[in-house]
Amino acid sequence: MLKDITIGQYFPGSSPIHRMDSRVKLVLTIAFIVMLFMAGNVYALSVGVIFTLVSFLISDIPFKMILKSLRPILLIIILTSILNLFFIRTGDVLWEWKFIKITEDGVSTAGFMTVRIICLIVGSSLLTYTTSPIDLTDGIERLLSPLKKIRVPVHELAMMMTIALRFIPTLIEETDKIMSAQKARGADLETGGLISRARALIPILIPLFVSSFRRAEDLAMAMECRCYHGGEGRTRMKQLRVHLVDFVAIFIVAAFIAGVVVMNIFF
Amino acid sequence: MAVIKTEGISYVYGEGTPFRKVAVDNVDLSIDEGEFIGVIGHTGSGKSTLIQHFNGLLKPTSGSVYIDGERLWDDKNRLRAVRFKVGLVFQYPEYQLFEEDCYKDIAFGPKNMGLSEEEIDRRVRETAKLVGIKEETLHKSPFELSGGQKRRVAIAGVMAMEPKVLILDEPASGLDPKGRSRILGLIREYHKEKKNTVMLVSHSMEDVAKHCSKILVMNNAKVFCFDTPANVFHRAAELESMGLAVPQITRVFNRLRAMGCDISDDVYTVGFGRELLLKKLAAIKEAGR
Ligand SMILES: Nc1ncnc2c1ncn2[C@@H]1O[C@H](COP(=O)(O)OP(=O)(O)OP(=O)(O)O)[C@@H](O)[C@H]1O
Ligand SMILES: [Mg+2]
Repeated sequence: MLKDITIGQYFPGSSPIHRMDSRVKLVLTIAFIVMLFMAGNVYALSVGVIFTLVSFLISDIPFKMILKSLRPILLIIILTSILNLFFIRTGDVLWEWKFIKITEDGVSTAGFMTVRIICLIVGSSLLTYTTSPIDLTDGIERLLSPLKKIRVPVHELAMMMTIALRFIPTLIEETDKIMSAQKARGADLETGGLISRARALIPILIPLFVSSFRRAEDLAMAMECRCYHGGEGRTRMKQLRVHLVDFVAIFIVAAFIAGVVVMNIFF
Repeated sequence: MAVIKTEGISYVYGEGTPFRKVAVDNVDLSIDEGEFIGVIGHTGSGKSTLIQHFNGLLKPTSGSVYIDGERLWDDKNRLRAVRFKVGLVFQYPEYQLFEEDCYKDIAFGPKNMGLSEEEIDRRVRETAKLVGIKEETLHKSPFELSGGQKRRVAIAGVMAMEPKVLILDEPASGLDPKGRSRILGLIREYHKEKKNTVMLVSHSMEDVAKHCSKILVMNNAKVFCFDTPANVFHRAAELESMGLAVPQITRVFNRLRAMGCDISDDVYTVGFGRELLLKKLAAIKEAGR
């Protein structure tokens, strides 16, 4: 069914990570990515792995979701492992057959890269799992607001993104309803060749467009009625504030980054 | 034999997510041919979810649905045939209109059935007449019509398939009183003319009491009762505790009884109530003489 599609994979909860300020989360996610790339040896990387694991445990996100976030990049992981395995030719040879040579260096690099990619994806998907899309755009808008000085329409872009995000579930629900209604009239959406299937979409797309335009008009009207006039001088209902959790989180991330640096230096 | 029969069907939305919701809970039903059934229940009681099982739009999480003795979902290819047998009009059906003119839109269902041109033409004209869409309106774009007209075109689109069972989900919601009674009137007309089974989901006790031969009351995803209007409205106190109201005229008569007037308590249409009252008054007058 259509409704199983999750766009913005927010998984509601009340863990400390959920409660963090979205700006802090964004910045820390970037710091986390930098940390992973700074890791130059196995020991440093394991600090990163520990950080990823601990964050996930704190966040209360089910293990199933981690696997789900990894599925789309499975191909990339396999591809990089294969490339590393076969194309690194330094180090002791472990196994050889005709021109294929697998070396110790190849295996360790492949392993290292795989772990790094997995951590990268798991850690950064934590951001989208624990932050609602609306909070996320809010955070992005705030972080980018200095760009307003050079006349980048940050507020307008964020508003558009918020509206789009807000209406994706509505649109999915609407599509589901229209599909059901046309199926009830015997519309055949599942069988037939490419052309007949494309044609079968007409009874769904037309009502969908009609209602989207109507909705857009209504929304524009409603915004105007409430005197919306862009970002200039606008105050907010939901003030973003940095709390104790955020300071703790910043401290922890800083400690782990220090850990990575230390490991890099000493091993 | 029952046209629609369900055995312990349940339906759960969002299984395995924090939004899990049991919308239909272990429902056993048996609906006979030719009946006019009203379905009532408070908002979110699972009416819309339940009726979508009858034409194979939703697959029950557990339990089975039988249409004309045939178990649904055994053979997925048969589902389309079932949808022609059980026509379903959704809430706000006017949002499904898409063709360039009303004629074509009404013909969409019959065309999908693979009927001949003449048969399609006959059905479109017949149902258009039944729902009160004029000949010249048939060739207008559905998007030019008023809300009530659109609604009637959309309902005609399902009626034109001449389904054995016609199910309508709140066909009169969002219309003015005149529009309401027109839509309900034409559904009653359809029932009388075709002798088909009709199922009407509604929030209005008055409408259901006036038109239906049996009433299905849903409460918190379960069937509260499925009985004749008289038996259902007898349980006024229970209905009220569920947030449903019995028809106003029934309340009037219940109050009269509570005040000590010796009068029947299974009054649920104004016409019948009036008759009873007149009789009662005549009797009093007679006694006074
Ligand atoms: N697509 C959906 N996804 C998740 N939950 C849903 C969905 N549709 C309905 N529900 C939930 O299932 C329950 C039953 O909904 P349903 O639409 O069947 O109620 P209803 O009796 O038709 O209500 P109403 O009188 O308001 O139309 C509700 O609690 C609703 O929140
Ligand atoms: Mg409903």
